[in-house]
Amino acid sequence: MCNKVEGVHVPDGFLDAPTSVATGVLAAGTVALALRKAREELDERTAPLAGLTAAFVFAVQMMNFPVGAGTSGHLIGGALTAVLVGPWTAVLCMTVVLLVQAVLFADGGLTALGTNVTLMALVAVGVGYGLFRLVVAVLPRTRTGVLVGAGVGAFASVPLSALAFVALFAAGGVADISLGAVAATMGGIHVLIGLGEAAITVAVLGAVLAARPDLVHGAAHLRDAGTLLRRPEVVASR
Amino acid sequence: MGAGHGGALSARYVAGTSPVHRLAPQVKLVAVLAYALVVVATPVHAGWAPWAYAGYLLAVLTVAAVARVRPARLLRSLVVEIPFVVFALLLPFVTRGPRVEVLGLSLSESGLQTGGALLAKATLSVLAATVLATTTEPRALLRGLERLRLPAALVQILGFMIRYVDVVSGELHRMRVARESRAFDGRRRGALRVLGAAAGALFIRSYERGERVHLAMLSRGYSGRLPGGPAAAVPPREWAAGLALPLVAGVVLATGMLLG
Repeated sequence: MCNKVEGVHVPDGFLDAPTSVATGVLAAGTVALALRKAREELDERTAPLAGLTAAFVFAVQMMNFPVGAGTSGHLIGGALTAVLVGPWTAVLCMTVVLLVQAVLFADGGLTALGTNVTLMALVAVGVGYGLFRLVVAVLPRTRTGVLVGAGVGAFASVPLSALAFVALFAAGGVADISLGAVAATMGGIHVLIGLGEAAITVAVLGAVLAARPDLVHGAAHLRDAGTLLRRPEVVASR
Repeated sequence: MGAGHGGALSARYVAGTSPVHRLAPQVKLVAVLAYALVVVATPVHAGWAPWAYAGYLLAVLTVAAVARVRPARLLRSLVVEIPFVVFALLLPFVTRGPRVEVLGLSLSESGLQTGGALLAKATLSVLAATVLATTTEPRALLRGLERLRLPAALVQILGFMIRYVDVVSGELHRMRVARESRAFDGRRRGALRVLGAAAGALFIRSYERGERVHLAMLSRGYSGRLPGGPAAAVPPREWAAGLALPLVAGVVLATGMLLG
């Protein structure tokens, strides 16, 4: 069962038609671009690898992680996926997960799919990966640098996509609420969720870096520096 | 594919031979989307809106009855709404505008309307989507999306996800059994590190499985495209039958607009 209460998806009827259409167009454009760019990240292996990564994201979103102070949290996973397999592939993975949740689980409205893709695939992945790159460029080229960058990206991706939602709500929300109150509440709650997201992201990424650093897209610069060995190519031998 | 393996996806589908089960998947997808559009397009503050919601509800429940979807299943599907129920219940308290007294509480009039409308619209769409998921196999949905011209690359990714999500969830489940049979306690210090390692291992296994699947496909002549069977044309009558739901909803909406 997938009864998640934290990864809230926008349902049908929450934003007005022009806003839904605008985010739909934005989402479609992003996905179209990501389909082309992901080929550069994964070449012709895109379909199986992105599909399996999406299955991983879907499964891991159901895990309960203890994130300190006796509370548990769930992973949303935009930033983690971007660091693991690259931002464009991550956009595709998150989009596919949202599509499955909307069509098979009625989680997130069909007419709000564009909005959800914009928030969770475009904003969360974009912010998460952008900040990751920034932090990694500043810090020394070590594994700790990668982990700190991923943590910062994961943390910021959550409140910023919540604020993006508030912005959409300001443009096309159907309820007349004081925007300051919405922004403060959403921002406050999501800063806490973001801390959990960062903790989980660092824990998972640390595990992958320890076992298979060659798989981590965001740690490619460590490989080039010679700190890590490249995965040996499979050579057909006779 | 049974639900016995804890398969999250295939468990949504209940096999059957009702007319709704037999409709082409693309027809059902278009019908549910069009129905949701009509529901969303209903003006929130119109006086006749509650009657329209009742009409939509009757329409979707009729389809559910024809499809023999159990009421318990429909009710359970509404669980995804819970966060929004909370939000909708808050709206009357936080919305600005004129106030009315209800049971001694000062509530916003427009907040009551908006909260009720949000709840009604979300519920109706969830019901329609649940009928879709209960009567259509995930693989058939995939075919439907393909017929509706979803980009082929996205259809392939979606296909691999649907095919392997139960396998990946199964691995996660086995890891949990292994953890808990070794007296793992999620509340103890260091639990996050253990769970992080489990999720990390799951990623590695999933990714490596993807590589193996790709090699297996190459050895069977994969060239970037998946061959699909010829598309059977959907007769106009089937479209008409499938689109009855949004059409009825559209008539309800139009009647409300004209008379209200």
